[in-house]
Amino acid sequence: MNVLPHDPMVPVPFRIEKVRRDLSDTFTMEMVPEAGGDFAFRPGQFNMLYVFGVGEVPISISGDPADRSVLVHTTRAVGTVTEALDALKPGDVLGVRGPFGTAWPVEAAFGHDLVFVAGGVGLAPLRPAIYQAMAHRERFGRVIVLYGARTPEDILYKKELERWRGRFDLDVLVTVDRATGKWGGNVGVVTNLVARGGFDPLNTASFVCGPEVMMRYAAAALEKKGVARDNIWVSVERNMKCGCGLCGHCQWGPHFTCKDGPVFRFDGIADLFQIREL
Amino acid sequence: MVKPENLGRIIDEHPFFQGIDATLRELLVGCAANERFDAGQFLFRQGQSAKKFFLIRAGTVAVEIDQPGRPPIIIETIAEGDIAGWAWMVEPYQSTFDARAMTLVRALSFDAQCLRRKMEADPALGFEVMRRFVPVMAHRLAAARLQMLDLYGPTKKPKPEKTAKPEKAEAKSKGRNRAADARLEKAESKKKKDG
Repeated sequence: MNVLPHDPMVPVPFRIEKVRRDLSDTFTMEMVPEAGGDFAFRPGQFNMLYVFGVGEVPISISGDPADRSVLVHTTRAVGTVTEALDALKPGDVLGVRGPFGTAWPVEAAFGHDLVFVAGGVGLAPLRPAIYQAMAHRERFGRVIVLYGARTPEDILYKKELERWRGRFDLDVLVTVDRATGKWGGNVGVVTNLVARGGFDPLNTASFVCGPEVMMRYAAAALEKKGVARDNIWVSVERNMKCGCGLCGHCQWGPHFTCKDGPVFRFDGIADLFQIREL
Repeated sequence: MVKPENLGRIIDEHPFFQGIDATLRELLVGCAANERFDAGQFLFRQGQSAKKFFLIRAGTVAVEIDQPGRPPIIIETIAEGDIAGWAWMVEPYQSTFDARAMTLVRALSFDAQCLRRKMEADPALGFEVMRRFVPVMAHRLAAARLQMLDLYGPTKKPKPEKTAKPEKAEAKSKGRNRAADARLEKAESKKKKDG
């Protein structure tokens, strides 16, 4: 049974079980419903997390969709609410509304090569889709994770990336924007990794998540490689407030990002990416 | 030593010169040599005359910039299928970065002077080489601009603990003492007057 009530505006109390520091300003929280029960979601969806007395923020779910017993969120502390989230400890309670929004179409990509392109903390919203793809590994051709971070010290889920890299059925390529000689890996933008390929562009689905500029260039690199626009999906972030398309705060052209997104098929929004005023 | 026909085959197979006309390829072969670099060796150094450029056949090369008193910063890594070095095309033909082999690197090098001479003599070769180099240069320029944007944003440093800096605290206490001393002096001079 899903614990969340039908009224999407009512937060449900969740208790924090574990907090793990990923980077100096990024942390992962595991939480369970105070009243017990499960939490079901689809990869790519987000929740509104409410720090009582401070405010609400939209945060993508970053756990395994197959594990309904625990809700996992990775957050970067960049503002008032996320900094308040950062101050919470195991045992503290916060409000959760969701899950909201569209999902990465993992099942629709069956039979294709699957290329994940992530930048910075953008790996967090993609991680549930990576888990799901690995759970159905035999349904895909090649599965490739391309990840770009600022420096080697800013690589998110480092141990997990190393574990994935150790698998024989998953290709993981990591690059950083800058490094010193101690780093033995790639240096350069993540779009360079797209150019190296290793996938069949005519039969590839690609999920892209990161800063908007990075997604624009990554989509362009995928297209240049031969991947069709209707086989590319991106996750767009706007000022989500209500989470269910009522308030209009997250309107992006003709779309409400919270309801029609955050995951969009690229051919439907490619033009919006080019409009500076949006 | 690699025979010229094998050099021609390597040029043909490398993505950078893929599909090149056979006559032009033969002109390239005349300036080419097969090279190998162990990890840590430099393909070229910053500030040196750019005498060669390289088609990377295997391995990884770090393009680095040296900074005094600090470890060099890697700007980009170049791998199999890429080219290293384009300073040989642009006057004053001087390398602006270091290129260091991160692993064992196998490459085909081209003598810059030899190739420039042939490109000037044969505009078709000149055009072909430029046509292939310009997109690489444009791509690297765009990539460098993206890197400059610092897209992922700096990670915030942990907040320092709130403790007064010793010199400030000292200055403050000195200030307090001066004020106290002044008050004492005033009181004493008043006493003397009264007395």
